[in-house]
Amino acid sequence: MSTINYYNKKNQTQLLGLVSGLGGLVLMLASSLSGIADSAIMWTALALMSFGIIIYSIGTYKDKLHGIHNDGVWYMSVSNRSLLAWLLGVIITGFYILLYFKPELLGQGADDMPNTGLVAFFDPLSMFLKGKPASQWFVYGTLYTVAIIGFGFKFILKYRGNRYQTLRTLSVMFFQLGFAFLIPSIMEGFNYPYYDAKNMWPLNYYFFNDRNINGFLSAGNVGLFMLILGLLLIFLISPILTYFYGKRWYCSWVCGCGGLAETAGDPFRHLSSKSTSSWKIERWLIYMVLAFSIIMTVAVVYSNIYNHRYELNLQPIFLVLFVTVIAIISLYFMWVKAGKYFSQHELLKKGVTIAISLILAIIWISYFTKSSNAFFIDSNQLNSIYGFYIGSIFSGVIGVGFYPIMGSRVWCRFGCPMAAILGLQQKFFSRFRITTNGGQCISCGNCSNYCEMGIDVRSYAQRGENIIRSSCVGCGICASVCPRGVLRLETGKLDITDKSKDMSVIKITESGVSLEQ
Amino acid sequence: MQIVIIGNGIAGITAAVSCRKLGNDPITVISSESKYFYSRTALMYIYMGHMRFEDTKPYQDNFWHQNNIELIQDKVTEIDHQNSVLSTKSGGKISYDKLVIATGSKPNIFAWPGVDLQGVFSMYHLHDLEKINSITENCKRAIVVGGGLIGIEIVEMLRSRNIEVTFLVREKNFWDIVLPKEESEMIEKEIRSHGVDLRLSTELASINSDDGKKIHSITTNSGETIPTEVVGIAVGVTPNIDMFKNSAIDVNRGILVDSQLRTNISNVYACGDCCELRNPSNGRRAIEPIWYTGRLMGEVVAKNIYNHELDYNPGVWFNSAKFFNIEYQIYGTVNPKLEENESTIFWRNKEKNKSIRINFDSNSKSVLGFNLFGIRYRHEVCNAWIVNKTHIEDVLQNLKIANFDGEFSSQFENELIDQYNKLYHKNIATKAKRGHDSVLEFFNKILSTK
Repeated sequence: MSTINYYNKKNQTQLLGLVSGLGGLVLMLASSLSGIADSAIMWTALALMSFGIIIYSIGTYKDKLHGIHNDGVWYMSVSNRSLLAWLLGVIITGFYILLYFKPELLGQGADDMPNTGLVAFFDPLSMFLKGKPASQWFVYGTLYTVAIIGFGFKFILKYRGNRYQTLRTLSVMFFQLGFAFLIPSIMEGFNYPYYDAKNMWPLNYYFFNDRNINGFLSAGNVGLFMLILGLLLIFLISPILTYFYGKRWYCSWVCGCGGLAETAGDPFRHLSSKSTSSWKIERWLIYMVLAFSIIMTVAVVYSNIYNHRYELNLQPIFLVLFVTVIAIISLYFMWVKAGKYFSQHELLKKGVTIAISLILAIIWISYFTKSSNAFFIDSNQLNSIYGFYIGSIFSGVIGVGFYPIMGSRVWCRFGCPMAAILGLQQKFFSRFRITTNGGQCISCGNCSNYCEMGIDVRSYAQRGENIIRSSCVGCGICASVCPRGVLRLETGKLDITDKSKDMSVIKITESGVSLEQ
Repeated sequence: MQIVIIGNGIAGITAAVSCRKLGNDPITVISSESKYFYSRTALMYIYMGHMRFEDTKPYQDNFWHQNNIELIQDKVTEIDHQNSVLSTKSGGKISYDKLVIATGSKPNIFAWPGVDLQGVFSMYHLHDLEKINSITENCKRAIVVGGGLIGIEIVEMLRSRNIEVTFLVREKNFWDIVLPKEESEMIEKEIRSHGVDLRLSTELASINSDDGKKIHSITTNSGETIPTEVVGIAVGVTPNIDMFKNSAIDVNRGILVDSQLRTNISNVYACGDCCELRNPSNGRRAIEPIWYTGRLMGEVVAKNIYNHELDYNPGVWFNSAKFFNIEYQIYGTVNPKLEENESTIFWRNKEKNKSIRINFDSNSKSVLGFNLFGIRYRHEVCNAWIVNKTHIEDVLQNLKIANFDGEFSSQFENELIDQYNKLYHKNIATKAKRGHDSVLEFFNKILSTK
């Protein structure tokens, strides 16, 4: 047998894990298809899947010492875009298409009809947690949580000995299990609105929809607390945390999309494209989605206020003034406060200024002409277009379905408007950066290869430059896989105004080669 | 001005890229190994499946065209320095105004019986990797000869495919011409923990085959016969300068260059592994075949082509490596055995996979060097302490500034300081914290006192 197959060879523990996990999946599918379902079968299937992942992980890493475990990554069918990868991609993509567009095929009962199939399979768990039958979203949430917990365990084993990786992974597991799954489910059982506190606007693009806001408003003090917390997160807590720690506090410690990418998506992180053309596409796409989501949200809020759809006594002028204030603050930062960083980004500065001015102009015109829609576009239609193309197709079908082909952070890198906002702040107004260690880089390329965001880390490291990129989610894997100890994630207050200054380059001066400035 | 560079390793390519930063003159890079520059240090990671070949290329393929740097894959056979023309294997003639020789090293091979057998390999070039891939395809047992940095990389590569490896190391302790005994022993333990049959004080005597094709065993210098299918040789490298030996260019072990990296011929420069400094700077060797010296020399050559009259001065010695899972960094001078005026403090953890050693002058107490295993320290900080001859106690008080390990990771500086306090009956305590702010404060202080 060829030695290269050693990487593909599974040991007995791994095989046991695979049998258990796949057994759970088969049991779930058989039960869903046959309609023979009860809580015992459901718990058995869920237990088999969870234990499967755990046993498989133990089998994979039990005999390995602390260190980097990337042997054979580019030789294994599942992680080198070969047959298994495509098969997996098609299955996940198919599942997402059913989930978003054909939930009835998953057994979602229409109009108070009882569930069937896969959705009915999860009824016992749903009854147990919130006292009502499951929905397609409950099924999705359950499987999502099992994946993050199971593969999170695997990730911790893989990087054991690395405390940053361990803590970060425990954090995403905690936020998924608690904030995204258990708390909202249990609260729903007490008839409170569904609320995942960590799922912030603009990632949560329906936060300002009338149904959502009114849900909070009709849920007493608890609902009011949820609403205020949601607003505080967007406008206060998030900017403060991003200032101190960079966008990683959210993207690789808290966020659910990031959580899945970092755990179940970890075996695919090296598949992200590192080409400069991908970087260009990334910048265009992500800021277009951000602009789209801001315009859509403003339109929705405006028309909701105008048509008195919020159970609040608000006048459209409040929103118009609010948007104006935010716009002025943004322009002030860009032209005055942070003008120095933007001096190298003239095109960006002008483009953003024109965009902001246009939005302001149109919204004021809408207001004075007493239009019921902010941009003369039907906000509901805008909302549903956004939901379909961005919320469902981009973040779900492509975002997760394409993991085995394009890597685990496709959505986070090319589409997420939340990542776009945090990224802009990270680049221009945050203490976070990755520093490089003197002249130790050997240009091997491990850092770039394992960057899930497709950042060519090496191109900075080999020049001894700090890495300050808006897309960096601070997962810290580049620093972990570096064989020469070159990279470190840092937060520092002292040089925030010129943090990209190449502190650590080996300088060639007229007096010779030295490290001194 | 036509600039021609022979060799597309780190030295040649850095020269090319640096020249491009300084001017718009046409640049041609000739290499017989590969068209595109790749990172030689990453060869092992390709074999182990961490990366593909294309991931080891530090620049995208279109970079060269964009920057008007011509790449030619060919072998230079002759240099006519009077007419400034190169001849190549494919029959081409390439004229130059400035020539940079950056032909790198070649692996040493000694005349052991059986050394020409198909199953014998070294690991330096891209074609070596192709050979290793093919001859280890169905291999169960291997011998690796040579206890240096490439030797242990080959061992790690083979172990990643579960090939049984016997590792022959001539020295009494692993890499003991460089490492102090404690560190050597740590690495020996690490090597053995990966299932390697490590044989110290053992040399290769012969490679044995019955049919003159297939290796069945090797014999060591003590007469022991060990069965094997392949033999990896990693007993050092030599400047790759055969083609210049009969030319007008002065050579010794390498191509001889002055402090501005010029050869004896005025428009010919040499840089990287292939060159030998006539007058190396204090504490540095005449030939240093390592990655960063290639990079630094490439920059210096470019500056001198553009008449900056810059001396090559690599500063304080530093280096790094990785022995299986244990990272190694060195800054300054840490001799394998203490010299007369040197003192040392050494700390290691219970598991014996992390250690810190600091050497200092016994009389002046100024710090001389840092040896780190499984712990990362900041180059700039250690360098500044060494350059400024900082007192060991000052260093210890601020030692945490140098720590470059990740956030939340354990720090062991206090344990090292405890040892110093016990040994010298002192009461030193740490003053500074790890992190970027401390580093900047540290440098601002240095700059303000200058």
